[in-house]
Amino acid sequence: MRYAVRTRTRASRVAGVVAVVLLAVAVVLPAFAGRALVQDLFFILTMLVLAQWWNLLAGYGGMVSIGQQAFVGVGAYALFGAVILWGVDPLPALLLSGLAALAFAVPAAFFAFRLQGAYFAVATWVIAEVARLSFAQWKQVGGGTGTSLPRDAAKNMWLVEPVKSLFDVKTSAARDIIAYWLALVLLVVTVGGIYWLLRRRHGLALAAVRDNLEAARSVGVDAGAVRWIVFLAAGFATGIAGGLIHLQNARISPDAAFSVIDWTALVIFIVVIGGIGTIEGPVVGVIVFFVLRSLLADFGAWYLIILGMIGIAVMLFAPRGLWGFLGDRTGVQLFPVRRRLVPLVRRGQRRIQ
Amino acid sequence: MIWLDTVIQGILLGGLYALFAAGLSLVFGIMRLVNLAHGDLIVLAAYLILIIVTALGLSPFTAALVAAPIMFAAGWTLQRVVLNHVLGDDILPPLLVTFGLSIVLQNALLETASADSRRLSVGGLETASLALGPVNVGVLPLLTFASAVAVIFALSHIIRHTRLGRAFRATSDDPAAAELMGVRPRRVFAAATALAMVVVTVAALYLGARANFDPAIGPARLIYAFEAVIIGGLGSLWGTLLGGVIIGVAQTVGGALNPEWQILAGHLAFLVVLLLRPRGLLPRAVD
Repeated sequence: MRYAVRTRTRASRVAGVVAVVLLAVAVVLPAFAGRALVQDLFFILTMLVLAQWWNLLAGYGGMVSIGQQAFVGVGAYALFGAVILWGVDPLPALLLSGLAALAFAVPAAFFAFRLQGAYFAVATWVIAEVARLSFAQWKQVGGGTGTSLPRDAAKNMWLVEPVKSLFDVKTSAARDIIAYWLALVLLVVTVGGIYWLLRRRHGLALAAVRDNLEAARSVGVDAGAVRWIVFLAAGFATGIAGGLIHLQNARISPDAAFSVIDWTALVIFIVVIGGIGTIEGPVVGVIVFFVLRSLLADFGAWYLIILGMIGIAVMLFAPRGLWGFLGDRTGVQLFPVRRRLVPLVRRGQRRIQ
Repeated sequence: MIWLDTVIQGILLGGLYALFAAGLSLVFGIMRLVNLAHGDLIVLAAYLILIIVTALGLSPFTAALVAAPIMFAAGWTLQRVVLNHVLGDDILPPLLVTFGLSIVLQNALLETASADSRRLSVGGLETASLALGPVNVGVLPLLTFASAVAVIFALSHIIRHTRLGRAFRATSDDPAAAELMGVRPRRVFAAATALAMVVVTVAALYLGARANFDPAIGPARLIYAFEAVIIGGLGSLWGTLLGGVIIGVAQTVGGALNPEWQILAGHLAFLVVLLLRPRGLLPRAVD
C-alpha cells in the first residue's frame, strides 16, 4: 500500500477559487465604489495584514508581542522622514518603511528574546515605548505633535495622475485608491507568504517550537532561527503596513503612530475573536470587528469596553475563537496546514513508502 | 549639590515604583501570572479612594483603609471568577484576558469618571519638607518610600513566617504536590491576588497624593512596575525595591538633563540591565 502526504482538501480548493474571484472583484472595485467604501476596505485590509502577522507571531510562533505598534510607527516615520527630508516619492518610500522596521526588529529581537513568555510580551511593549519617546524627539518630522505629508509629495505621487484620469476623481480620492490597491497586494503577499511558510518544513518547525520547545529541539529543530525569521518577517511587513496606513492618512504623530490600542490591542482582539492559530481566524475576526465598530461608532468608550469583554469571554469559553468553534464542528479548513496521510489511489502523487 | 538632590528624589520616587511593583511581583512569584491590568487596577483603586474621600469626607489615608478591604474582595473575586480559569501551561490565555481587562477598565473609567485628571488632596503634607543635612526632602516622598519598605517587609514576613506564606511557597514550587498536602491552590491564588490588591490600594494612595491621575495612565505604571520586577530579579521582593530605585534614579537624572528624557531614561536603564544581567540583579526564582 502506498501513501501520500496531503494538506489540500475539497474545501480548500473551493476556497481557492472563491478567493481568486473575490480578488478580481476587489481589484476592479474602485471603478464603481464610492470613496467611503474604498476607505473602509482599506482599513479592513490593513487591519487584516497586521492581524495575520500578529497571529503568526503569537498563534504559531508562541511569541505574544504587545509591541507591534513599534513596527507600525517606525515604518510610518521612515516614510515621512524619507519624503520630508530626502524628497523621496511616497510609493518607493514604502520599501524604506519595511527596511527601517526590519532594521529596528533586529535589536528589538535581541532584547526581547532574552525574556520568555509573559516577560517577552511586556519587553516588546517597553521597546515600543522607547521607540515612541525617541521618535517624539525627531523635530524635523514634527516632534511630539507630529506633522502632515507635504502637499506636493502627496499630489505628485507616482500613479496619482493615471488613476485620476482613469477613474475621473480628485487627487485625494486617487491616493485612497492607490493605497487600497497596495493594501490588497500586501494582504495577498501576506496570506500567500504565511500559508506557504506554514506548509513548508519551517511551518512545522514553528508549530513544534510553539507546542513544546524541548521536544522540538530534541528532534533537531533550530528553535532560535525559526523565531528570528518569523519575528523579522513580521517586523518588515508590519513596517510596510504602518507606512501605508500613514501614507493614506497623510498625517503622523508619535502617539497615533505608536498607539498600543490601535495597532496592537485591536489587532489582538481581531485574532482572538476570530480564532488564534489559524489563517481563517483573523479573516472572521476582522469582519466581526468591522461590524462592531460600525454599530458602536456613536458610543465612544463603550466600543472598546464591549470589544474587550467579547475578547475576554472568547478566551474563557471558546479559546480557539469563532473559527476554531466552527472548524471543530464542521471540520472545514480553508487554508489547511494539517498533513494527512492518505492511501494512494492515483498515480502521479508524491510518494512515501 | 543639585545632583545629590536629584539622586535622593530618584531614590524616593523608586519607593513609589516599588509599591506599584510589589503586588505584581507577589502574584507572579506564586502563580507565574503577569497581570497586564495591574496598572489599571492601581488607577481603579485611586478612583475608589477618591470616591470614598468625596462621599464620606475622610482624609485619603483613612479612605485607603476603607478601600483596602473592598479591593481585597475585588481581587479575590477576580481570581476566582476569571483568572483561575485561564491559568495553565499555556501563557497565552492569561496574557490576553488580563490585556482585555486592562482595555475594559481604562475605558470603563473613562466612561464613568471622564478624562479629567484628578488628585487626592492631602493638605499641607503635599508641600511639607524636611531638611536632611544639605538637601530638603519632601515629607510625602519620604512617607512613600517608608511605606514601600514597610509593605515589602510585611510581605516578606507573611511569606516566610505564616501558614498562608507556607502555602504560597508550596504552591509556587509545585501546585500538584501542595494539593496532595491539603493546600487548595485555587484558594491560595485567590488569597495572593487579594493581598496584591491591598498593596495596590497603598500604591494608589501615593499615586493619587503625589501627582494627578486620569484613566489612561495605568499602562505606564504597569511598565514601571514590570521594569522594577525584572531589574530586581524574579521572585525577589527586596530586588523589586532595588529595581524601583534604579528606575526612579534613572528618571530623575534623565529628567534633570532634559525634561523630555525623563521617562526614556528609565526605560533605557531597564534595557541596559536586561543586556548585562538578563536574570536581574538579585535573582531568586528559576523560571
